[in-house]
Amino acid sequence: MPVRISTEANTMTAFLSGEIDHHSAAAIRDAIDTQIQINRPKLLKLDFSEVTFMDSSGVGLIMGRYKNALTFGGRTEVANMPAFAEKVMRLSGLEKIIRFYKEK
Amino acid sequence: MQVINEMKLVIDALSVNEGYCRVAVATFVSQLDPTIEELNDVKTSVSEAVTNCIVHAYPKKRGKIYITARLYADGLSRVTIKDRGIGIEDVKKAREPLFTTAGGERSGLGFSVMESFSDKLTVRSKPGWGTSVTIEKRIAGKGK
Repeated sequence: MPVRISTEANTMTAFLSGEIDHHSAAAIRDAIDTQIQINRPKLLKLDFSEVTFMDSSGVGLIMGRYKNALTFGGRTEVANMPAFAEKVMRLSGLEKIIRFYKEK
Repeated sequence: MQVINEMKLVIDALSVNEGYCRVAVATFVSQLDPTIEELNDVKTSVSEAVTNCIVHAYPKKRGKIYITARLYADGLSRVTIKDRGIGIEDVKKAREPLFTTAGGERSGLGFSVMESFSDKLTVRSKPGWGTSVTIEKRIAGKGK
């Protein structure tokens, strides 16, 4: 599974890894959504540091989790987006509604 | 300009093949000695085009994706991704950023990504005939 999820207090962190495309996004989406439903986090953190490839499916994936977390009153942040994926992110305009930051 | 190498790939339009398609094309284009960024651009735009075939082209039947990649003596790579699916009614509209007919979690950014990650993007489509997308990317390469 290209996602590992950990929960601490009101924060749920999803560590994504490997290649994110239309095919792999489905399983990642289901795994995160299941945990959102159980944990109802105040903060959902999506960590992209282990991601090796991403196309526009990654944009849909972030957008969908943002909306889902919001239905339970949680906000979403995106951590450690690799440099190669920043070009896709800029096209999406997601940075206007979601906080992106680097930890390292 | 002279074609120095050509490859063709015919593969089922299944989402499990997305990774294989982009890696196969990227490995082939590697002969032009691209930078990591150039190679990622090729990979990403091929991934978008292949995903379009899988998501849109064949809603009712199992279909194929036809990929042709050509390398030219001057460093140009030209990749054509074709399907014989339902085609696109309005190509101009389909190419608009954020436009999608797929719903769900498709961002509608596929063609925008292909455009901005390549030097030239050509889309030919006719309802009932299918769609052909050609991505041209000039590889300046590591040594230049």
